Amino acid sequence: MNEFVETILALQWHPPKPSYDVVIIGAGGHGLATAYYLATRHGITNVAVLEASYIGSGNSGRNTTIIRANYGIPESIRFYQHSLELYRSLEDETGCWIMHSTKGLLWLAHTESAMRAERARCLLNVACGAETVMVTPEEARTICPQLDLSGGGRYPVLGASYHVGAATARHDRVVWAYAQGAMRKGVDVLQHTPVTGLLRDGERVTGVQTANGPISAGLVLSAVGGNVSTIAAMADVRLPIRTHPLQAFVTNAYAQGFGPIISDTELFCYVSQTARGQMLMGAEFDPQPSYSLGSSFNFLQSCSAKVTHLLPFLRDLRILRQWTGICDISTDFSPIMGETGVPGFLVTTGWGTWGFKAIPAGGEQMAELIATGRTPVLLEPFQLDRFARDLPMADQGSTGTR
Amino acid sequence: MPELDCPNCGRRPIEEFTFGGERPTVPERITDPLARDVDYAWMHDNPNGLTSERWFHAAGCRRWLKIRRNTSLNGVVAEPD
Repeated sequence: MNEFVETILALQWHPPKPSYDVVIIGAGGHGLATAYYLATRHGITNVAVLEASYIGSGNSGRNTTIIRANYGIPESIRFYQHSLELYRSLEDETGCWIMHSTKGLLWLAHTESAMRAERARCLLNVACGAETVMVTPEEARTICPQLDLSGGGRYPVLGASYHVGAATARHDRVVWAYAQGAMRKGVDVLQHTPVTGLLRDGERVTGVQTANGPISAGLVLSAVGGNVSTIAAMADVRLPIRTHPLQAFVTNAYAQGFGPIISDTELFCYVSQTARGQMLMGAEFDPQPSYSLGSSFNFLQSCSAKVTHLLPFLRDLRILRQWTGICDISTDFSPIMGETGVPGFLVTTGWGTWGFKAIPAGGEQMAELIATGRTPVLLEPFQLDRFARDLPMADQGSTGTR
Repeated sequence: MPELDCPNCGRRPIEEFTFGGERPTVPERITDPLARDVDYAWMHDNPNGLTSERWFHAAGCRRWLKIRRNTSLNGVVAEPD
């Protein structure tokens, strides 16, 4: 079935109320998932999600839709594995088709040192519940027959770690599923309502000033992607975040079908196939911090050169589209969730290049924190005060951040 | 393609440079010395607009440069500070 045919959504729009228990800034995956879990698991429905543009217009609509859990430190692996499992049951839970498809991920190694790193990470993944196995080049070739094991003569494949549970899902549909589920429970989603300031009572944040007037709130959560430093500055909160552009592109349809997701730390690139058959590719984030959504020809050149070493058939395809998202890269490459030290103001940010896969777990954990006031175990390592306590979660388990 | 204006080499593609971070600015309102150290070590202004950064011209004059740059844009955006 074409993904654009079946788009029956029960989205209900309401005018804003003057006051809510919880106001969430940013109606992307994380904001809407938090609202959804607040409504469905904790019965908190007097919630508004404010969005400057339309829902899912930010990074939720710009990512490469890969869901995986093979990270580099135990805290991250547990968190992302929980998210991966929530994704598996998301279609049943929400009743929405999110085009979830378990594909497996091949993480290639081209040097002995990369092999050692992959073996170590593989063992750590298994110990923390994320199913991963090391495979030989021949086995990798069986999983992905299109793979050139000589790497174009330049990057020979010595082996790979195979992360069995890795999957992809349609990013827009994930956003819509959470939006619809939250709206059915009475959550207000307010599009085209940019936040221009925060209402303060002394130190406490008591609401938001929007382009359409003030809204008071018992609690404000920033689930913003990209402009989070600007929002946090309104509350005098300092964040260890830099905003970098990250680019990706798709080719025309590849009819033969391409099973797994290919990822490569040494070449900084990842390749998967969308449900429409297009080959989707991305690389590391741009070196300069920027809020520009401009794309560059350089990226197309460098990324194409890298992926065609590994997958020569890509040379016969043509590039259809490229786009850019702006990623919040935290100093230690881990997310930042929870209290900020300012009463009434929480953040979920630092979702850099690993935000889409974390949407269900991030939303569920933030909802639990908001509803119970207690810090959930999975979220605890990722609080903002870890920097002051000198306990950063240094994790370079993302393709784009090594 | 983003480019930077090097005071020694002129306008060059950004690929030639290595990013060295913005020049740290700890807000005056943070007075506790320990909190100032934490802010200096970890936190960033990350402004959407003009910022002052350090860049190393690795493939050019191999000098560390102070560069003012507008992060709202992605074209030729910089002049030396």
